[in-house]
Amino acid sequence: MSRTLQAPVTVAFDYTRSTGPVVGRFLSGLRDGVVVGARTSTGQVVVPPLEFDPVTHEATTEFVEVSSVGTVTSWTWVPEPVKGQPFDRPFAFALVTLDGADVPFLHALDVSSPAEVTTGMRVRVRWAAERVGHINDIACFEPLAPGEAAATAPAASSSEPVTGVVTEVSLDYDYAASPEESLFYRGLNEGRIMGQRCPTCQKVYVPPRSACPSDGTPTAEEVELSQTGTITTFCIVNVPFLGQKITPPYVSAYVLLDGADIAVLHLILGVPADEVRMGMRVRAVWKPEEEWAYSLENIDHFAPTGEPDADYDTYKHHL
Amino acid sequence: MRDVAVVGFAQRQMPEFDGSPTCVELLVPVFKELYEQTGWTRKDVGFWCSGSSDYLAGRSFSFVQAVDAIGVIPPVNESHVEMDLAWAMYEAWLKIQTGEVDTALVYAFGKSSAGVLRRTLALQLEPYTMTPLWPDTVSLAGLQARAGIDAGAWDERAMAEVANRSLTDAEKNEHAIRKGGSSVEELLARPMYADPLRKHDCSPVTDGVAALVLAAGDKAREVRERPAWLTGISHSIDPMGMGVRDLTRAPSAQRAGAALDLGGVEVAELHAPFSHQELILRRELGLGDDVVINPSGGALASNPMFSGGGIRVGEAAQRVWSGEADKTLAHATSGPALQQNLVCTLAASTEGNQN
Repeated sequence: MSRTLQAPVTVAFDYTRSTGPVVGRFLSGLRDGVVVGARTSTGQVVVPPLEFDPVTHEATTEFVEVSSVGTVTSWTWVPEPVKGQPFDRPFAFALVTLDGADVPFLHALDVSSPAEVTTGMRVRVRWAAERVGHINDIACFEPLAPGEAAATAPAASSSEPVTGVVTEVSLDYDYAASPEESLFYRGLNEGRIMGQRCPTCQKVYVPPRSACPSDGTPTAEEVELSQTGTITTFCIVNVPFLGQKITPPYVSAYVLLDGADIAVLHLILGVPADEVRMGMRVRAVWKPEEEWAYSLENIDHFAPTGEPDADYDTYKHHL
Repeated sequence: MRDVAVVGFAQRQMPEFDGSPTCVELLVPVFKELYEQTGWTRKDVGFWCSGSSDYLAGRSFSFVQAVDAIGVIPPVNESHVEMDLAWAMYEAWLKIQTGEVDTALVYAFGKSSAGVLRRTLALQLEPYTMTPLWPDTVSLAGLQARAGIDAGAWDERAMAEVANRSLTDAEKNEHAIRKGGSSVEELLARPMYADPLRKHDCSPVTDGVAALVLAAGDKAREVRERPAWLTGISHSIDPMGMGVRDLTRAPSAQRAGAALDLGGVEVAELHAPFSHQELILRRELGLGDDVVINPSGGALASNPMFSGGGIRVGEAAQRVWSGEADKTLAHATSGPALQQNLVCTLAASTEGNQN
């Protein structure tokens, strides 16, 4: 058994950004098959255009169309491409100074080996077949043979100025739980609720943490907790939201398991929502064992035990 | 200005940490080590500041969880930067300068191995024209290395010399995860990886944590016979775009160094995650051949994300504590291709304190 539980996790989000007038002008140009730069106060033509002048800090206003043909000023080989790069096979990243521009611009260069690239070589933009106003409207740079001209971009589908861009970000991780979290989830997989006691303040944490948040002491002593507890506080959920698994109204409550010093958040069923109250005694109701996994969802919900309500003094320090 | 010294340093480094991205498990023993070094308890620490990023290992609010390692009853004075430990130290140094506190413990943690580090770092780039291409850290450094080779600013042999010296020095550093020099010829005979970079030109992906303790005036003198006084500290940043600066230079490193008195520096710990970047930094900081560079082995031997820069400060401070040097320099970098740079001097004497 490995020391900790591990699982693949993907965190993904589509970043939607407004472009503003300068980046918008550049991306509108790409959509139309034209590379647009801007002139700075020192007379340099910069691609992509800077939003503000690096010297005077004035907003950029003078746009300049440059060629889609240029010269490689530096390059690097990418032997093991990562997800989302312009190619999923080895390629080069290059800095290319386009004709009419004074500084280089970063993009991929489509070559099949480092032997096919040299600093100073001539390249041209290969336009993407479908262009929407995004940096990937340039598919890549490609070597330009002597006598060849710039590539012509197929007609664009729109002529509206580009004002926004969506960038998909997706990150894959091999996620590990801490040894203490692993204890907790392994316990759940066996139908047990495991916590740990702080050796300094004697508080019992569930789920257990790597150190007691009160005094920073690692919590070592394992404690199996009772399956019954007391509702310390609760709320009735009436509002639907994305990803909601239960139809409202339902009750979310903090349940202080007997013997624990930290309440766990869970669902209360088996009682009308308007009858749930602070001090109510509840018991864990587990899903059928064949559905168990390393998850708190193994406990389907908590339901009233029918015992008399707990005395307020027994949980007043845990609110 | 108040005299502030580095009086404590501890670190943990490994290729792959088999544990939670919050790294509490690693921070607890590091803090314990620092309490032993200083003779303090957590209640003697006036200010805490951490450096980390949730993107690194995909755990939200990991810096909030990491606070468990401190213990926060009664509550502590605490802050966070999504930057390297060296910048957390800068915030703590400022906090001490305000007079609000006399002591600080700054820490950083990161589990780079949980994801693909060189890819994750594309999220720190310009979001419209760079991030969507996912230019990885190694590629951006490769563009910089090639620019310098083409310009005649350095060559592959000079890069191999840096790697060979670093890996040789790392043999004496128990924390280094890559070590063992051979010869420049042998290194040059190894295959290219991201042409023009070989694997030994790139720092290894490293997990780990590190922490520094700062103290003002007599508080520092109570802890150590020879506190490492921060006699100068400065940081600066260059534009993000790869096209709008000369990649063979690091103007922000030059500017940060020029703000300090670097005369008499005997040892410099430079945070150069790629071999050619050490060559750039030596030039920008004007470090002569008489300055010992990276006796720890530097970032080519291990480079835990968010700790790698601050570890340079700790290593440079140790040389002052031990009496090995009277004045040392530490440097930290952040961003692509040496975009942002922090430089500080550490000295056995507070004389000439420029702060």
